[in-house]
Amino acid sequence: MPPEEAAPAQCPVQQIYANESRRVLATLIRLLGDFNLAEDALHDAFVAAAEQWPVEGIPNNPTAWLISTGRFKAINAIRRRARFDASLGKIAEELSRHDPGDFDVETIKDDDLRLVFICCHPALALEAQIALTLREVCGLTTEEIAKAFVTKPSTIAQRIVRAKSKIRTARVPYEIPSAGALPERLDGVLRVIYLLFNEGYEASFGPALTRVDLCAEAIRLGRLLTGLLPQPEVYGLLALMLFHHARRHARTASSGDLVLLGEQDRSRWDTAQIAEADALLGKALSHGKPGIYACQAAIAGLHTHAQDSASTDWQGVVAWYDALLELEPSPVIELNRASAIAMRDDANAGLRLMNAILERGDLTDYRFAHSARADMYRRLGRRAEARAAYETALALTNQESERRFLRTRIAELE
Amino acid sequence: MKYACLVYGDGNLSDPLPESETQALHDDSIAYHEELRKSGRLLAVEALEPASTATTVRTRNGRVLVTDGPFADTKEQLGGLFIVEARDLNEAIRIASSHPATRHDAVEIRPVRELS
Repeated sequence: MPPEEAAPAQCPVQQIYANESRRVLATLIRLLGDFNLAEDALHDAFVAAAEQWPVEGIPNNPTAWLISTGRFKAINAIRRRARFDASLGKIAEELSRHDPGDFDVETIKDDDLRLVFICCHPALALEAQIALTLREVCGLTTEEIAKAFVTKPSTIAQRIVRAKSKIRTARVPYEIPSAGALPERLDGVLRVIYLLFNEGYEASFGPALTRVDLCAEAIRLGRLLTGLLPQPEVYGLLALMLFHHARRHARTASSGDLVLLGEQDRSRWDTAQIAEADALLGKALSHGKPGIYACQAAIAGLHTHAQDSASTDWQGVVAWYDALLELEPSPVIELNRASAIAMRDDANAGLRLMNAILERGDLTDYRFAHSARADMYRRLGRRAEARAAYETALALTNQESERRFLRTRIAELE
Repeated sequence: MKYACLVYGDGNLSDPLPESETQALHDDSIAYHEELRKSGRLLAVEALEPASTATTVRTRNGRVLVTDGPFADTKEQLGGLFIVEARDLNEAIRIASSHPATRHDAVEIRPVRELS
């Protein structure tokens, strides 16, 4: 269900579907031990609700009602099939003997978390993790996911089928990882959410396609996770996404062109989201050594709160990049740090660092390395070198709005 | 549920380990197998002679074809295997990742198919 879809005057069943279907599914997967059975059961439970609730009224605890109805329907369906396949009879008996227990808030919350962890299990290919998370946790259809990744629905469907088949055959458990494995497994979940956000962020510059807003989905997942597993890096990632998302309306001009941070109309920034991000960043930084997402959120926060480029706390930005590099050495982070050093000191200092990175051959095909270097030459008045570097960046870019931006820069240097 | 854990490596031919590390690996592996066996989760364990000693056979149209070498001629070769009993994949991963072989080689975990 797209999160920003306004849905006024929904009937109660629809409303409950929108709010509760993922939670009901998460518990049904645990009770039935199978994704496909649980999905059928979820469907049957809502069909029953649509028939019965208008007549009998909405039960006191609709979620619990849907879970027990779905479970009951699934067991009945297996019993019916058992007439043709005796081996199913045993499964049905086992399922019906197993007492599902109470559907209290904590148990259901744990099921939500189990669902997130199984979808992001490292034994599944990364693209399968992404597709499965969007399908099962976010409740998107295969068609919506395919559209978001500009691919065919059959490709996405196949990824999901394969992933579920591996979960079943290799017996990937439906559990919250043990304390020892939790940090690594949480990293995996955060990576999936971060990738989704980046995918949505990139797409926002592309031709206007009607597609699911992956940034909004990623933020929704981040919010879900802060409720389920309140840990510093979870807060850090959500803060990072919100700082960027808060600028979404100011980031593209009405022409579709890219507007750089320094030239954005700050009155179009989403101040509520910035305030939320500030509070989350505070939480992310209040426990121990900041992780990679907290560091990036801190950088985004410094940019957001500076009045303009000149008055940005560049010393602080560089320090956060140093901390980030220590945690995760990467030439792209080095490049960003070089840009920050150019702002803190001067363009020559930035250029020296950028040339050193490029000479190592690490970022030869990375368009932003060339445009950043071009920017240094431009600021130093070395027009021919600036133009050549912008040309290199242009040759590496397919993104239309970025190409326009680079062409404008080149034209200014003619 | 049974999982076969297949140990793949290049036999350290390209980058031989120091004698002390080879000895440590050997001792640690024996200790690990012993511990696992005591817990009842180790069903089988074997180390293999190098892939250069392998022979591959096929029968086609009733004829036996014998060829020298392993089935796939890759740098990383099967060097050994162990079979464990585990509740689920997470437990199998936990068991396999504690095996000394994972320090230098890679362990592929495959669920054993239940034949009915």
